[in-house]
Amino acid sequence: MNFETIVGLEVHVELKTDTKIFSPAPAHFGAAPNMNIHPTDLAYPGTLPTMNKQAIDFGMKASMALNCDVARVMNFDRKHYFYPDNPKAYQVSQDDRPVGANGWIEIEVDGYKKKIRIERVHLEEDAGKLTHSDNGYSLVDLNRQGTPLIEIVTEADIRTPNEAYAFLEKLKAIIQYTGVSDVRMEEGSLRCDANISLRPYGQDEFGTKTELKNLNSFNFVRRGIANEVERQEKLLLSGEKIVQQTRRYDEATGQTVLMRIKGSANDYRFINDPDLPEIVIDEDWIERVRAEIPELPDARKNRYVSELDLPAYDAHVLTLTKEMSDFFDETVKAGADAKLASNWLMGGVSEYLNAEGKELKETPITPAGLASLVKLISDGTISSKIAKKVFKELAENGGDAAVIVKEKGLVQISDEGTLRKVISEILDANEQSIEDYKNGKDRAVGFLVGQVMKATKGQANPPLVNKLLLEEISKR
Amino acid sequence: MVVNKTASELQSLLHSRELSVKELTEATLQTIEEKDKTIQAFLTVTGPEALAAAEQLDNLPDDKRGSLFGMPIGIKDNIITKGIKTTCASKMLENFVPVYEGTATERVKDSGMVVVGKLNMDEFAMGSTTEHSAFQITRNPWNLDRVPGGSSGGSAAAVAAGEVLFSLGSDTGGSVRQPAAFCGVVGMKPTYGRVSRSGLVAFGSSLDQIGPITTTVEDNAMLLSAIAGADYRDASASEKPVPDFRNSLTGDIKGLKIAVPARYLGEGVDPEVREAVKKAIGVLESLGAHVDEVDLHYSRYAAPTYYVISSAEASSNLARFDGIRYGYHPADAKNLNEIYLRSRSEGFGEEVRKRVLYGTYALSAGHHEDLYERAQKVRTLIAQDFQNVFKEYDVIVGPTSATNAYKLGETIKDPLTLYANDLLTTPVNLAGIPAISVPCGFADGLPVGLQIIGNHFEEAMLYKVAHAYEQATEFHRQTPPAGKGN
Repeated sequence: MNFETIVGLEVHVELKTDTKIFSPAPAHFGAAPNMNIHPTDLAYPGTLPTMNKQAIDFGMKASMALNCDVARVMNFDRKHYFYPDNPKAYQVSQDDRPVGANGWIEIEVDGYKKKIRIERVHLEEDAGKLTHSDNGYSLVDLNRQGTPLIEIVTEADIRTPNEAYAFLEKLKAIIQYTGVSDVRMEEGSLRCDANISLRPYGQDEFGTKTELKNLNSFNFVRRGIANEVERQEKLLLSGEKIVQQTRRYDEATGQTVLMRIKGSANDYRFINDPDLPEIVIDEDWIERVRAEIPELPDARKNRYVSELDLPAYDAHVLTLTKEMSDFFDETVKAGADAKLASNWLMGGVSEYLNAEGKELKETPITPAGLASLVKLISDGTISSKIAKKVFKELAENGGDAAVIVKEKGLVQISDEGTLRKVISEILDANEQSIEDYKNGKDRAVGFLVGQVMKATKGQANPPLVNKLLLEEISKR
Repeated sequence: MVVNKTASELQSLLHSRELSVKELTEATLQTIEEKDKTIQAFLTVTGPEALAAAEQLDNLPDDKRGSLFGMPIGIKDNIITKGIKTTCASKMLENFVPVYEGTATERVKDSGMVVVGKLNMDEFAMGSTTEHSAFQITRNPWNLDRVPGGSSGGSAAAVAAGEVLFSLGSDTGGSVRQPAAFCGVVGMKPTYGRVSRSGLVAFGSSLDQIGPITTTVEDNAMLLSAIAGADYRDASASEKPVPDFRNSLTGDIKGLKIAVPARYLGEGVDPEVREAVKKAIGVLESLGAHVDEVDLHYSRYAAPTYYVISSAEASSNLARFDGIRYGYHPADAKNLNEIYLRSRSEGFGEEVRKRVLYGTYALSAGHHEDLYERAQKVRTLIAQDFQNVFKEYDVIVGPTSATNAYKLGETIKDPLTLYANDLLTTPVNLAGIPAISVPCGFADGLPVGLQIIGNHFEEAMLYKVAHAYEQATEFHRQTPPAGKGN
């Protein structure tokens, strides 16, 4: 029997606001424990939440970028549960009127395109952080308490682990473009849980699902889902039932492990938060926020393909982050050939960044600098080999490629007279190679070109050297 | 003795510098020490802090003196005071000293007032006798065997006994008005949103309002003017401008249209109370007001609606008292569950535990729709009833309480009386509208309160009517035996 995989994702994204969603404490990552707190975050008696408008703007922006309908009237609700990381014993969230609903994003995976629907996007506050020690005590750090989050809940539209991966990659790119979050899984600003179930092909109703947690990278999401699907399939095939439960992905073994069995659903006793009056969002507000949304990855991708004639693959890779894409746009604007600029960004630049473990903005490379390099290549001033040397200089010290080339005397030698002279000398010293070539050994030309390049310290124009070399050989 | 003087008399003495704030504060502290032995209104008297504040005020130049310069005030103990213990009359917060200032207390201080202490109440404001305090029993200055009412019983008794001229209480279902009526003083429950709730320890967040308790309408108007108004710390605080409410004390209520709901004088209301209120209505008529009987149909459901909503919100608001960050903590608890169970079982008194249980039940799956959501719908109907009346009438008038002050330890068992009491005060909170209680006579030697209810943000209208009535009668001049000075 064959089973269809059904996956829905719940993604929490931490918003990059200056202050917390309901208190004036700073909302930054990395402070000493319990330093970024206000009496409201501690749930001191008599404190009240104050609404951070920036958090609403960010929630609206993310919703719009994910093609959601934005609420015209929304409110906040209290979700009750006792835990030491939750000082009020309720989390302020959005239950029946979330900021965004009915959205979708399109993914492209394994050669097909598909829309994944987004059920809702809601704003809520993050909880504090507990550190359990082995001496029987737990430490509570409330710095994170009250950091604004959006929770993005997909419909159960995902059918393969690869789709889940592609969805997250796309979601991350879109959110990152809007600037509302750093979307860094390693810093916890993006967290993902997966609901996974199987059903026989052709069956309408969903099977019993399990919830998978502790998915700390997109790859772990992909592997975790694959492993959980395998586990459920085995159970079903041996005639057993799936029990609704929460499971954890164990990175070391690659297996999913039982955390807890879900009994009857938790009773969160939701009520509208009487401390936060409903928020009416008018057209002006919506338009103001909409105007702040930059061109999103799909639009850019299409523009790169249709206007700049880039291959779809290039367009995809360049638009994965806004930083890279913005850099590319600026480079082209500075006069660089689009395909060459793309090649450099996807090739030399990315290799350099990976090797150095840096991000673009951490290097002195500028779009103008890269454009100057690309231009020198396009007009034949330097060879691609020289270009690599120049790039190294650009990457380490910044500046303009033309200046570097001039100062270091790296201009490509394209003067035929000069080159013929060098070629003659090389040919004189390598009679055997000429013989070899004439006897059909094409490789001999490569050797001779190499000798010319060596003699010119790599500055000779390679295609020209090729052409002149053949001419000179034929004369002999 | 300065303590027998009115606020305006004291103000002019302070203004001419014949009296210093320090002298007035010392005299006040002395009076509290004497009278509170029997009244037991204060949970904390802040002598040193008050004297330090008084000295600072005395050093202020004339043009920096606030509108209530030098006036001593007592604060209900569920209103946060920075650096001063704020207990909510609960073991849960027995040693809780707030690290921040509440908005109302901040504004009280900004207007030049001197906080002399914190006042007793029913624990977390749940009750109507102040007997649910975890610490002490406050007595009614008119008769020491009677309760002062509640939950702001300490606030009303302290003013009635002449310990202070001003106090702040809080009103979730009648907790300012009913004790004001029982103690023969003036108590205002402002429009929901008129006074910031920042610093008020929440009971029923959609119902709670801080309100002033004073001996006269004018003093009350001045105190409300000082504490009301927009506050960025409370999203439910209204941005509406706050008038100087004293400007509405014209005494002229000719042509005013007054509605008296039939139910307000019906079954369950003590005959002497009914008589006193009817006489008061007669006085208003004699001042030129038109009086008609009206029906507030849905107010009959006010009691269950109020108990479901207030308890539901209380169960949510009081969940934060978990014994972890502050408050009662069982030091020998062995695990998290035990901390939760014991801090909440041992830290809260019986009435509070009961309401938390009611509220949790009303919000739990299977009852949420039947109880909580239905109560919200009825709440809307109750509010609409009032709106219909206010289309034609300026104010609604009736008794504040169905009876005079209860005997200490007496449980009111008559369901009609209980029902009538809830009917009189809770619909006002459910509708979010303002109401004031002013003394209007006596029943069996104990004060009776006249309740005047107005439309949203019509406090000025309430003060106008209350003041006109007060000026036409002598009840506000009578002082209780325990309140008489030496």
